[in-house]
Amino acid sequence: MRFLLDDEQREFARTLDALLSASDTPRAARAWAAGDHAPGLALWSRLAEAGVFALAVPEAYEGLGPLPVELAVAFTELGRHAVPGPLVETVAAAALLHRLGDDGAASAWLPRVAAGKATVSLGVPALTGPYALDADVADAVLVVEDDTLRLADSAGPVQPSADPARRLARPLGGIVFARGPAVAAATAYAAEVAALATAAQSLGLGRALLDRTVAYVGQRTQFGVPVGSFQAVKHRLADTLIALEFARPLLYAAALALAEHGTAPREIAAAKVTAGEAAHAAARTALQLHGAVGYTEELDLSLWIRKARPLRDAWGTPAVCRARVLAP
Amino acid sequence: MDLDFSPADDAFRAEARAWLADRVPPTPLPSLETAKGFAAHRAWEAELAADRWSVVSWPEEYGGRGSSVLRWLIFEEEYYAAGAPGRVSQNGINLLAPTLFEHGTEEQRARILPPMASGEVIWAQAWSEPESGSDLASLRSTAARTDGGWLLSGQKTWSSRAAFADRAFGLFRSDPGADRPHRGLTYLMFPLDAEGVTVRPVGRLDGKPAFAELFLDEVFVPDEDVIGAPGDGWRVAMSTAGNERGLTLRSPGRFSAAAERLAALWRERADPSDTAVRDRVADAVIGARAYRLFTYANASRLAAGDSLGAESSLNKVFWSELDIALHETALDLLGPYGELSDEAAEAPAHGGWAEGHTFSLAGPIYAGTNEIQRDIIAERLLGLPKGRR
Repeated sequence: MRFLLDDEQREFARTLDALLSASDTPRAARAWAAGDHAPGLALWSRLAEAGVFALAVPEAYEGLGPLPVELAVAFTELGRHAVPGPLVETVAAAALLHRLGDDGAASAWLPRVAAGKATVSLGVPALTGPYALDADVADAVLVVEDDTLRLADSAGPVQPSADPARRLARPLGGIVFARGPAVAAATAYAAEVAALATAAQSLGLGRALLDRTVAYVGQRTQFGVPVGSFQAVKHRLADTLIALEFARPLLYAAALALAEHGTAPREIAAAKVTAGEAAHAAARTALQLHGAVGYTEELDLSLWIRKARPLRDAWGTPAVCRARVLAP
Repeated sequence: MDLDFSPADDAFRAEARAWLADRVPPTPLPSLETAKGFAAHRAWEAELAADRWSVVSWPEEYGGRGSSVLRWLIFEEEYYAAGAPGRVSQNGINLLAPTLFEHGTEEQRARILPPMASGEVIWAQAWSEPESGSDLASLRSTAARTDGGWLLSGQKTWSSRAAFADRAFGLFRSDPGADRPHRGLTYLMFPLDAEGVTVRPVGRLDGKPAFAELFLDEVFVPDEDVIGAPGDGWRVAMSTAGNERGLTLRSPGRFSAAAERLAALWRERADPSDTAVRDRVADAVIGARAYRLFTYANASRLAAGDSLGAESSLNKVFWSELDIALHETALDLLGPYGELSDEAAEAPAHGGWAEGHTFSLAGPIYAGTNEIQRDIIAERLLGLPKGRR
């Protein structure tokens, strides 16, 4: 047993962190929110070059995967930098198309996903409601209802989310692409991949909220001392760290289980609810400890704060996850 | 990255499981916080030791198996899953022994460790004083130099197991003129039946004498029972506080087993439409799993040559809060039976939930209160500025 990321996995995380730190992701997120997708899509290409999307695509279709642990590592960094776009949906759709076993569809889409040349959204009304993230901009929008997979041909008007960088829209029309038990099975797998990637995003998001807040309370002075020297402040941040650090091993264990067994619903649900709740609590703490300035959208922190709750609920609400953990 | 056990680890697990299946008493022993229960638990320690299960991670020469931290974790998982008795020797094994391994002499290890491993000598800790709890370095009990040793005087309190234990260890002020409070302290061991020692058992919340006050009046301790250098006691006591001890104070196996039992209780008793209680059961199951995995990661770090520091404070807060939440949920599931004391003849699970609940309530207090742990986390792991406590 060596339950630690290896050197290569750590290096991959550092590379992505450096790439994203140099990419002004807050600007890309704000532009994305305003409907200007160009900076976000440029970032998408750089992430593809770094190999992020190839992790979800098998070698037979010009990818490197599926590599769930590396995917978790990558999505932690994407969450840390609040990268906009249908990132989770694209890797989940890739998982779906691969698992479906339809070589034509897989050949048509997976190499493009791996190369960063296609953004894909995915709607599963049982989990996502009637919406698909960024359905207005994605190159393809897949919708699965029961055992029917549809390729939507348009999207309804964008419904603003609590997180302005998440643009929700109803996929409309389209043709039935596949139907039957294979669709249901492939979708269940895709939903696991989506939940794992979302959990990873939450973990990174929570860590960024913690780091920014620690930096802020270290320099903000009141009563002549840094507010971070007050116990009430320290203890809240200590609890934030505890919650995030105990979510991390659940995430990696879930990724390992998915890699080994091809399905890991309970492990992923445990990671999802724990990371999602930890990041949500981190956002509340970040807001409270920044005080009034944290309540403004001008501060980039708002991009992280507003994403925490939608990520907590996306691809499996806490209640759904907790029920799954105890499912027989 | 993997979570795989080697065939040798699996064989070790199977051996432990088979031994426990054969030997664990079918009904729980009486509470170890009673005279009768203490004696029964002492006998159980001897049974464990006879087959080298009491201290698996110690070197063989002291009664162990020289096992890795990972094997110890495996043993603990099996131990608690089997419903085996609480460990009456845990203060010695978890707190004193690591200090002896790091700072003791060869003579001390050879003299003290084997009878600790067998339960022949059971140790109590003597840290806190009436005026010195979290601020331990302010302690006032003294060690005065005398011919061939030291004379201990003063008062210690909340001394776990001291009502029935044989010996105790703790810190004493040997140099009252030292410039800082945590200088001039000496780490000493002393017998609880020595002349000048008065033990006054103190009932914990449920009335059982789980700890005691110790009144010391010029108790003679020979030089051979000083650990480390006189005056260096603070460093000796603290140097092992963060490392393996942080990992081993409460093993994940204890919580994994309790969470399994909680989930079984929930399946057996809960109203399926009560999602509020279902969510709490799920959180306990998830928390126990998280603690187990977190500990595997730490064991992997130790095996890779890393050391653990203030990270053990994360552990302590996490498991102590998990333990309370888990037992509160169990009592809720028991409905009207949740009120029954562990001594009630009709208490569910032979009183195990009630006893576990009482025990859990002390978790956020002992071994450094959770408030102190959060200060450590904030200052040492997050780098926040020191402030007034």
